Amino acid sequence: MAVLSEALAKAQPCPAHYPVPRAVVGAEAWKQAAQGFAEGRMTLLGLWGERDAAHMAVRDTEEGSIAVLSLLCPNGRFPSVGAVHPPAVRLERTMRDLYGLIADGAKDTRPWLDHGKWPHSRAEARAPYDFLPAEGENLHHIVVGPVHAGIIEPGNFRFTAGGETIVRLEERLGYVHKGIEGLMAGADLKRGAQLAGRTSGDSTVAYAFAFARAAEAALGCEVPPRAVWLRALMAELERLANHFGDIGAICNDAAFALMHAHTGVLRELVLRTCDAAFGHRLMRDSIVPGGVAHDLDDRGVAAIRALLAEARRRFPPLVKLYDDTASLQDRTVGTGRLSLELAQQYGAGGFVGRASGRNFDARRDLVYAPYDQLHFTVPIRNDGDVNARVWIRIHEVEQSLGLIEQILDRLPAGPITVPLPIGSDACEGLALVEGFRGDVLVWLHLNREGTIARCHLRDPSWFQWPLLEAAIEGNIVADFPLCNKSFNCSYSGHDL
Amino acid sequence: MRKHIFQGMIHAPLTEAAPAPDDAALAELAQAVERTARRRLGRSLAIREVDAGSCNGCELEIHALNNAFYDLERFGLRFVASPRHADVLLVTGPLTQNMCEALERTYRATPDPKWVVAAGDCAIDGGLFAGSPACVPGSIGAAVPVDLYIRGCPPRPIDLLKGLLALLEAQA
Repeated sequence: MAVLSEALAKAQPCPAHYPVPRAVVGAEAWKQAAQGFAEGRMTLLGLWGERDAAHMAVRDTEEGSIAVLSLLCPNGRFPSVGAVHPPAVRLERTMRDLYGLIADGAKDTRPWLDHGKWPHSRAEARAPYDFLPAEGENLHHIVVGPVHAGIIEPGNFRFTAGGETIVRLEERLGYVHKGIEGLMAGADLKRGAQLAGRTSGDSTVAYAFAFARAAEAALGCEVPPRAVWLRALMAELERLANHFGDIGAICNDAAFALMHAHTGVLRELVLRTCDAAFGHRLMRDSIVPGGVAHDLDDRGVAAIRALLAEARRRFPPLVKLYDDTASLQDRTVGTGRLSLELAQQYGAGGFVGRASGRNFDARRDLVYAPYDQLHFTVPIRNDGDVNARVWIRIHEVEQSLGLIEQILDRLPAGPITVPLPIGSDACEGLALVEGFRGDVLVWLHLNREGTIARCHLRDPSWFQWPLLEAAIEGNIVADFPLCNKSFNCSYSGHDL
Repeated sequence: MRKHIFQGMIHAPLTEAAPAPDDAALAELAQAVERTARRRLGRSLAIREVDAGSCNGCELEIHALNNAFYDLERFGLRFVASPRHADVLLVTGPLTQNMCEALERTYRATPDPKWVVAAGDCAIDGGLFAGSPACVPGSIGAAVPVDLYIRGCPPRPIDLLKGLLALLEAQA
């Protein structure tokens, strides 16, 4: 029997958690689950806290099944998962910062999101941050951020280099922590959806999609087919815009501005089409619990079809340009290599995982409507370098163009929203949606009156940021922007 | 690559006509410029962008200003890598407590005369994040003097452009 089914069989199931089971386990089973991650039999999808409980979302690697395991912590302590499974370390530090839960046995107990600046900051957080030591002859430090040279989000990077070669990168994040999960508590679903859509602006559709699905799962609400298809249409347009923008931006970080100029045009064309079709360039607040906020009219359909034709005309010559420019590939091939072992251990989603051979896509492996009725392939590469991540995104652009065409061809007619059946009992829902960056997880606990008791949002970046530290090792300092952009982790999505 | 470069020479540029500067912004700025050391900067402004807690939506649209359609640099407006080189700080986000000191230090590192443009609804009053203990009450204006606000969630590139052009007009 697979390890997750075994754990669930022995645990106490929680009613009203949809669509996957949630069960309360004891400390022993919790530790066994941690061991399951360490042995690679399960993947950690999320780890979060409440005042008196710790939760983990788990995927059984063998069966592919998903569940949430909860441990009651009346004394505010739980056995550390991070002690045996490093991907949990930053999540546990965050649980301590935000909910005061202490991970027993954790090796790294430094504050993470708490920089000692909040009214309720912990005393330890007010002390200067204790960066990891790096010792050796002729090593020097380069400290960058939080205000960077480019137009990007704030974060602090501490490089230790021997000459030009990076021997250690340590990230310090949390600068854009807005307290989103705190604001969620007590909010109604409308405000909750708006907050979710502002967790990471580049993934506003993916977050709103995941939030809506979690809410609908909890309430047992079926969304009209047209809304389901429109959501996927928006999700693919968002993916397209981000991939176009980033493919050029990666090349730009290798000083190849020509590509950036051309893909910038493509990105702008996508955003203008979204504006014409859905009334907002980033499609913010376009997905709401119960359906979608804007219907697509004939002019919108025509605009999207015109975009497809334009993208199919403009993009292939750019791919050829990338493929033919040896001086560019000289920078991207072999740079920032990430191993399959690490990608699997961290459950790295999106192009970061897929470029290193981790064959996972939530649209296919945790299938949700309407992707069960659409044809697409999930591109995989094994080389794990900047070049591989560029190519995965190129292939994903091609897949998204195909998906958008299928959706337009088969878009069902009918209503676009349904009233939410609020006012029953307290209920909980979990949803994962494949954003452009990887799988976004939303866990939602609703009170009886339909307000939010607790909402946890887990960005794919949680499991990608630490891998950037690994991938950069042994590369030269000048290649950091290139590697960083090829990962393109979200600061805001991570910092919450 | 040659093909791409030749095509760039024979095709008309995608760059669109400049919008008129925002009237409301011009009025708002007239007052701000009065109290600033008036000095001609040759119709050129160097902008340092500071993300003080945004969701990154504003950054995406600020980035778009550099694409071929908006081509910000034709107006003499350009983004620079350091506050030491900047005339304008373009600040986004609800000002998180964790970014407050960095913003203040960036402001102090910017030489006079300088202007602060706060872009996006969050930068005005915290927006949707107002009231969070993790954000500074009063947002950007609570930490640094703001000369111009540009609304939107996020502001469209054209609105950002109108605001920045108004800044150019007002100080010329």
